Amino acid sequence: MSMSEPLFDPLAWLILLPLAWATLAFVLGPGRGAWPAIAGLATQCWLALDLAQKVGAGGTAAHVVGGWGAPLGIDLAVDGLSAAMLLLTQAVALPLAIYARSYFKPGDPAGTWFWPLTGFLIAGLNALFVSADLFNLYVTLELVGLAAVGLVAAGGGAQQVAAALRYLFATLVGSGAYLLGVALIYGAYGTVSIATLLPLVTDDAPRLAWIAGGLMVAGLMLKTALFPFHFWLPPAHGGAPAPVSALLSALVVKASFYLILRLWLGPLQAVLPAFAWLMALLGAAAIFWGSWQAIRAVKLKRLIAYSTVAQLGYLFLIFPLLAAPGAIHAGVMQVFAHGLAKAGMFAAAGVLIKATGQDTVAGLAGAVERLPVTMFAFGLAGMTLMGLPPSSGFLAKWQIIEAALAQGHWIIAAVVLAGGLLAAVYVLRVLRQAFLMAPASATLAPVPRTLEWSAFALAAASVLLGLRGVELMQLPGAVT
Amino acid sequence: MTSHELLPLAVLASSLLPGLIIFALPEAWIGVRTFLNLFAAIAKLGLVALLLAGVAAGEEYGVRYAVLPGLELALKADALGMLFITLSAILWLFTTLYAIGYLEGAPHRSRFFGFFSLCVTATMGIAMAANLFTFFIFYELLTLSTFPLVVHRGTDKAMKGGTIYLAYTLIGGTALLAGIVWLHHLLGHTEFAHAGIAAALGPEYAGQLKIIFLLLIAGVGVKAAIVPLHGWLPQAMVAPAPVSALLHAVAVVKAGAFGIVRIVYEVYGVEFAQSLDLLYPLAIFAAVTILWGSFRALFQDDLKKRLAYSTVSQVSYIVLGVALFGPIGTIGGLVHLVHQGIMKITLFFCAGNFAETLGIHKVSEMDGAGRRMPLTTLAFSIGALGMMGAPLTAGAVSKAWLMDGATAARMDWAIWVLWTSSLLNAAYFLPILWRAWLRPVPAAWPEEHIARRGWRETALLLLLPPLFTAAATLTAGMLADSEATPLAWARLIAEREYIGQGRP
Repeated sequence: MSMSEPLFDPLAWLILLPLAWATLAFVLGPGRGAWPAIAGLATQCWLALDLAQKVGAGGTAAHVVGGWGAPLGIDLAVDGLSAAMLLLTQAVALPLAIYARSYFKPGDPAGTWFWPLTGFLIAGLNALFVSADLFNLYVTLELVGLAAVGLVAAGGGAQQVAAALRYLFATLVGSGAYLLGVALIYGAYGTVSIATLLPLVTDDAPRLAWIAGGLMVAGLMLKTALFPFHFWLPPAHGGAPAPVSALLSALVVKASFYLILRLWLGPLQAVLPAFAWLMALLGAAAIFWGSWQAIRAVKLKRLIAYSTVAQLGYLFLIFPLLAAPGAIHAGVMQVFAHGLAKAGMFAAAGVLIKATGQDTVAGLAGAVERLPVTMFAFGLAGMTLMGLPPSSGFLAKWQIIEAALAQGHWIIAAVVLAGGLLAAVYVLRVLRQAFLMAPASATLAPVPRTLEWSAFALAAASVLLGLRGVELMQLPGAVT
Repeated sequence: MTSHELLPLAVLASSLLPGLIIFALPEAWIGVRTFLNLFAAIAKLGLVALLLAGVAAGEEYGVRYAVLPGLELALKADALGMLFITLSAILWLFTTLYAIGYLEGAPHRSRFFGFFSLCVTATMGIAMAANLFTFFIFYELLTLSTFPLVVHRGTDKAMKGGTIYLAYTLIGGTALLAGIVWLHHLLGHTEFAHAGIAAALGPEYAGQLKIIFLLLIAGVGVKAAIVPLHGWLPQAMVAPAPVSALLHAVAVVKAGAFGIVRIVYEVYGVEFAQSLDLLYPLAIFAAVTILWGSFRALFQDDLKKRLAYSTVSQVSYIVLGVALFGPIGTIGGLVHLVHQGIMKITLFFCAGNFAETLGIHKVSEMDGAGRRMPLTTLAFSIGALGMMGAPLTAGAVSKAWLMDGATAARMDWAIWVLWTSSLLNAAYFLPILWRAWLRPVPAAWPEEHIARRGWRETALLLLLPPLFTAAATLTAGMLADSEATPLAWARLIAEREYIGQGRP
């Protein structure tokens, strides 16, 4: 653990800023607060980039403890993994905020509390990525979960409320299991600090530690919607307004994955690897089941939501491979690839639904002709999800396959390759429909250009990252 | 950056940047788009000429940078790559001219020419790739950028053809990727090098290397349309004629054939591939493809479909040349890479002309077409005779070298394969020529779109490109032994691949 230059400020600000603009938006009233949010997110982007550069340049561990004081007792720590997650969160949220400002028309009931809830969501995510003890992680996890449920419910329709309740149930059970695990750990070791636990939990840990680890991971798997715990995701992500779907699919599910990885590499590294193949097995099942459901989906957003189920599966394939350094790099690359691409794809879907007035794949005929920028965005995001070069999804797959071959686990490589082909089937289902000639009767509602171009920016970023991944890959090297 | 690094990048950029600008152009800006298209094609030719002169003089061009730690995107311009680049750059200019004429008044031209330019960029990248990783990136980019062109018309039929095309190429791409990562895992790199890189692994890897070879060849074999991986090519015929030209002559099947050349010569190395017993099976597959393609072509009444099966057959001449172990076969295969391109593009231009001018899509509708469109039919005849290997055409040169190569390699059966294919070629091309020249003109054409004006039997932009490429077919055949021909360049490459190593 080395104290480097004072990084305290950006860390605290990454949490305080979104809280500040969320509060401001709440005070300003329903539907207001877009501009403060955009300004705040732009600043956060800059802070996260600056932080990532410093951590990346630090090479090894850049572990910073901000003694933020006894009353709150919050320790903030950042290493390469958290810096990467912070960067992704701000980089995805900023274009989505610009998108959402145009998406929610004044007076749109779905957008009433979008800005305050998004602010709390982002604050929760940022806090989660820099929290250094298990209990604080629980608090941030709840904050994220509740804000996310609120965002899903904000749509107001009966279906949305039903989806939100399901989601609420899943998220509460998930964090409950996690909390139980934390309590057991505290009972066994008398601390919840990650750094303190690290040397304490060893191979001969008591059975209690195993149960605790199992509970925590199971709860987090539920929150990550890993197959077969994915039941809540498609209705929630498919039913929410497009900017919300994008935030949830791109960022929120990654937070609980991040936490699993954090526990795996950190305090519970003596316990959790026993579950490695179970994780990979469920990951593979997620890829096949999610893709299959996406191939069959009638609704466009349902298709994209099932694609998230499938893409999350790749993240769990890395667990048996973590002995090789390449695996964690692959994981981070996949988190970025999916985060950017899925945000772009949901944003594009939002445009298509607004324009065609319906959320179906079949209604897309003529979209290539009428909405070329949006379909381009959809295609680029699809390229990343299929893992075709030159996209970040391709680099992620390359890294997983290589790590798998290096350890002789060719079956994982085969799953990754097959998954790419399945993704191609559902992505092309959409593109193929969109390339068809529009029926003469079809009319498209005009769509603000900001919507089209912010979707495009996200999708293009997911592809461009595939041309230059060196800098990003310095970050996971700096994991403590 | 030195000029030796910049030039390969400039070759890519000369079609990439105009392509990206064209995407953004409003549909109605015809003048700007045409200017950009032609400017790009001519600028690329100029850059390629510079590069070609440099490579001929022994200069080395290349540029590389890291995408991931230990994984480099690398370009180089070597003799083998230049053969493909030069062919594509020249044919691109003609295809662009032709496409401008062909698509006059058609919708979505900005999208078309945008993807068209991306396609050529990908082809240049394939030719200049210095390792398999880079090759794969551009190879898949080619797949993606050709799909919108194949389905350009947006009809159900086009969608079906496009979907089949993607199904084949994406599955092939997956096999290719598997082989590449596997090889990368074993070797730590996938750089192309004379005499190959795979031999560096010990004999205990022979089994794995054979499987990898199968994966790699199956991957590129899809685009090269080797039987049984050829099913997409006849289906992709629904594409507009300039796209067919692109698929069959400039980019796609060529990319597959070129990939086979690179893999055999510069990944495995011919000697090593021969020692692993990989070349003989490859030759068998090539022979089967040559015969099967020609045989199927006999039964196609749809003109473009007949030409498509002919491509299936002809591209495997290249593969056969590569698989014939020896420098003479190599020369035959490489020179056919160029010659097949020139001849096949001529045929597709002409088929497009018949369809656009008179509405002729079928062989059975060709009666009397030669009287109405003598120049187009003349160009078509030259291309068809070339495919049969008639004297004075480029096809004769390819065939002669391939046959000598087969003799030198003591594979006499290959000579019989080539002869049989020639006979079959004659059997499916000569009836077309007979109908066009000798049968009486019908009372009415299926659908006459373009009226004759003086000697101009069709629009000028449709007429000139096939005449140029037909002339090139004759020139390449008659002047084959002079300098600055495809044959001379193929000999240079073969020298560097075989004799350059001091092992003739």
